Order: sequence, then C-alpha cells, then structure tokens
Amino acid sequence: MKVAITSTGNNLESKLDQRFGRCSWFLIYDTATKGMEFIPNPNKDAQNGAGPASVQIVASRNVEKIISGEFGIKIKSLLDSLKIQMIVLKEPEKNLEEIINMLNQ
Amino acid sequence: MSPRPIRLRRICNPPVISGFRPYGTRSSNGKPQDVFLHIEEYEALRLCDYELMNHHQASVIMNVSRPTLTRIYARARMKIAEAFVLGKQIIIEGGKIYFDSEWFSCKRCGCFFNNPDKQVAVKECPLCRSIVFSNYEEVIYEPEESITLTKNRKYESRNHQHRK
Repeated sequence: MKVAITSTGNNLESKLDQRFGRCSWFLIYDTATKGMEFIPNPNKDAQNGAGPASVQIVASRNVEKIISGEFGIKIKSLLDSLKIQMIVLKEPEKNLEEIINMLNQ
Repeated sequence: MSPRPIRLRRICNPPVISGFRPYGTRSSNGKPQDVFLHIEEYEALRLCDYELMNHHQASVIMNVSRPTLTRIYARARMKIAEAFVLGKQIIIEGGKIYFDSEWFSCKRCGCFFNNPDKQVAVKECPLCRSIVFSNYEEVIYEPEESITLTKNRKYESRNHQHRK
C-alpha cells in the first residue's frame, strides 16, 4: 500500500509539512516494499488551484492514504470520491522517519 | 422573531453529473426550461430510492430530523415529476449542505483520519495501529474555508466509542 506524506524537504530528517496543496515535497512511501520516492511539488507557489493539482500528482501514484497537517475544502470532496484516506497530523515537529516508523509498527 | 436557521445537510459525495437534459421534445419552442434540484434533494433521493433506506435511516445520515428529510424527499420527487411532465431540464446545484465522511481521532498519536470507504468499518488508527480512537463529529466544514483541526480545540468522545 502506498502512502503520501507531505514534507518540507527531500530527506528523512525533514519535518512534516503542515499544508497539503502547497507543501514543498511529497514522499511516496510503499509499506510493502519499503520503497520511497520524493517528488517536488510544482504547485508550491501557486496562487490558486494548488490543492486539486497536488491531488492529481499523488493520485497518479495510486496512493491510498495521505498524511498532512491540513486539507483544504476543495480537496476533501475530491479525495472522498477518489477513496483516498486523509490523515491529519497536527505535529509540525515530527520528522518523516518517525512517521514511517509509526506506519511500520 | 427571526426564524430558526436552516440546519446544514450532510452529503456523502457530490453527484457525478450536474443535470439531465430532455430530448425529442414534441413542442419545440426554443431552449427547455430549467428545474433546479438541490444537492440535498438529490442526496435524499439517492438514500431513499437508490440505497433503499427508510426515511429515518436517511435522516440520520444527512444529519437532519426525520420530518425534514421527508420534506426534502417530497420536494425532490415534485421537482423530478415536474421536469418529466413538462419536459424541463434538471440542473443539480445549490442547497444548504456540507460534504462529509466520518472523521475519527486517535487517542494515542493524536491524529485525525476519515474513512473514505463507508462500507468497511474502521478497526484501527491508520497511522499508529492503535485501536483506541473515537468518533470526531465536531468538525463543521464551512463552505469556502479550509479545514482546521486545532489541537487546543476540545473534543469529547461521544457515547459511542469504538473499542475492540
């Protein structure tokens, strides 16, 4: 199963990004193979429509869950219809390695 | 006295289409007229006639009272009948609504998560696999605003706690 995590940087020490649409990087983590892929977010500085464009990026990777600090209202109904689970984690100090460890428990 | 404000109706998913257009109209006098079917009426019709629920079950899902659900449902049928009889086109839009799937909050890692697949019950926290979590129903989605679930916001577990 693939999980998308919003990240502030492109390594495992970076923190969880608290925004979904305008986060800096996406980490696509595969819980079965432990494979990781960092994707830079082209919508980082977008004026509007960042959320739906970001959903397209992660949905094309067939993720089933997204972990982020916040989801916009446009994204919610979109992800609902795509059957992607949203996980809201309000802990900006958590880094990616800790989150991956939680997933692997 | 001002009237009581309308309670927001909860909608599971937006409709896949935005309307219906009649074809083969016998008396063609230009563009067909419109019937505006509200999204809440679409949802009531979906729950009652497609999911085959009774009005009480549907009213719980839409978060309104049973008499209100019946009124919404009656309005939906009236509008659709009007469109059928007079050959009007149906446009699905508007209504006092918010979109929702069920949200849960985990007691161990403090995260919030939703359940996109409504057919399957949630058994564990998707993040830390903890089985101690509760329904989080206080989240109200104001239209045109982003969701903020602040940590300092008090959330109390309701009577129906999910424990295994």
